[in-house]
Amino acid sequence: MQYRNTSSNRIFDFFNATIMILICVCSLFPIVHVIFASLSDPMKLTAHEGIILWPLGFTLKGYQLVFSNSNILIGYMNTIFYVVVGVILSTFLTILGGYVLSRKSLLWRNTIMFFITFTMFFNGGLIPFYMVVKNLHMTNTRFAIIIPTAISVFNLIIMRTSLMKIPESLEESAKIDGAGHFIIITKIVIPLAKSTIATIVLFYAVGIWNSWFNATIFLNDRNLFPLQVILKEILVQDDTSAVLNSVDAGNTDIYRSLVKYCTIVVATLPVLCFYPFVQKYFVSGVMIGSVKG
Amino acid sequence: MNWINIKKDFKANKVLYFMVLPVVLYFIVFSYVPMSGIIMAFEQYSPQKGIFGSTWIGVKNFVDFFNSYYCLRLIKNTFLLSFYDLIFGFPAPIIFALLMNEIRRKKVKKIVQTISYMPYFISITVIAGIIIDFCSSTGAITSIVAKFGGPSSNLLGIPELFRGIFIGTNIWQGVGFNSVIYMAALAGVDQELYEAAAQDGAGRWKQALHVTIPGISNTIIIMLILRLGHLMSVNFEKVILLYSPVTYSTADVISSFVYRKGLLEFNYGYSTAVGLFNSAMNFAILLLANRISKKISETSLF
Repeated sequence: MQYRNTSSNRIFDFFNATIMILICVCSLFPIVHVIFASLSDPMKLTAHEGIILWPLGFTLKGYQLVFSNSNILIGYMNTIFYVVVGVILSTFLTILGGYVLSRKSLLWRNTIMFFITFTMFFNGGLIPFYMVVKNLHMTNTRFAIIIPTAISVFNLIIMRTSLMKIPESLEESAKIDGAGHFIIITKIVIPLAKSTIATIVLFYAVGIWNSWFNATIFLNDRNLFPLQVILKEILVQDDTSAVLNSVDAGNTDIYRSLVKYCTIVVATLPVLCFYPFVQKYFVSGVMIGSVKG
Repeated sequence: MNWINIKKDFKANKVLYFMVLPVVLYFIVFSYVPMSGIIMAFEQYSPQKGIFGSTWIGVKNFVDFFNSYYCLRLIKNTFLLSFYDLIFGFPAPIIFALLMNEIRRKKVKKIVQTISYMPYFISITVIAGIIIDFCSSTGAITSIVAKFGGPSSNLLGIPELFRGIFIGTNIWQGVGFNSVIYMAALAGVDQELYEAAAQDGAGRWKQALHVTIPGISNTIIIMLILRLGHLMSVNFEKVILLYSPVTYSTADVISSFVYRKGLLEFNYGYSTAVGLFNSAMNFAILLLANRISKKISETSLF
């Protein structure tokens, strides 16, 4: 865009800068509050009202309680399991689907595409979905978390769009050299679509990491709970009994708030630290997918 | 499409069809089979008798729902929550993207982007936990609101505030990440158009009005249609985490009602009927939006 250093432009820049700063502050302040609160002395914390902009006293007792609690550790282990297995399965299926549906010579290509895309706009509802999973005997098993949500139509479309951009000449010359589909996928398609695949992996990973509802409706066994369900108990249902069972009865009230903040930090910090590194991938991935979404 | 072509295609692409089979199977099992479960909406469903054994009651479930006390309230809540979310939440990422586009220092832009994307990656349970804490009687937001003369009690117990809290936090969480697709569209606007406009004497504002916005209008329209396709679903996971019987009068939406009636009260037939009504409304709005968009602009989803 052309830029001329006029006074009206400078005023606009000033306003823009102010708005940007405001947005950044708003994005950050809840996170800052939570982090500092998690390090604060529990007595001062319970007595305090309002925003916390620096730690009130200092203690690591909250984290001590959280890390020594088996429920949270089990939740973490479960979530990591679901994310790893889920991402591998989902990415595999999405690449497969994206590859097949990007082959222009396929007769039923558009029909299948419509068949799949239609599910984005209409579904049978919550209860029939629940009944299907139940009738497949997946309820209260790990399968219920990984399989019913294995493929996202949105991600499939992104994958397909980016694979359609690979020049057909590459595929044809490989075919002439005698390559089958498997070799084409592994040696040509995957290396060329690396950034889209990274985007898909990221979207699936974040989706599985953050999901809680399916776990809530399908799982009864506490040993299978992902982290988010434990978090929901502690943060939303205000049931800190699982975490505070090592604190004697007289002190539980005091530690209640502190433990909540520490749990939030423990559950979220890994994601927040990890995502800036993959930020460039999803930005470019969305750009690729957005040309014809 | 004649039979010979189909045979030829299958012979040539056998491997491809086998490769895509698991994907198609997945959608059949988890998307289309549940659609057939819609039959439950027309039955007095009982788990012992199953789908084929339960009594057929036709549209009674629907009639019961439309005659019920809370039907109007549910529809109103669902519609209002979605509508306000659309009016405030849909333009926010667009405006944000437009403003970010005006930042000239690349490094500053990158920092703003990184910071603004952060809230999106926080899970909804944690967000709910933060909201519940900040809106409690001793919470951060409550104390700010009280200073400006607002209520100083638990903000999530006040029905009138529910929509504001819900949508405000939606915007907080989504404005950064949702702007990515608009940033992508902005990057695709031809630079020469800007130069031509500047030649004709257009200042920044006129350039934005006549070059930028028309340039990304396609993206905006598609995103709007997609958004309208989910108008009646609202973000019901968030609703369930934040509502309570005290705020049902503004917070209870059709999807949360379906969840309660179905999975918590086991009234499967009734709940499926209401869910079907919801899905059908969504679909109808989507078709309508698509048709209107086709008539007004050349862009449409299908």
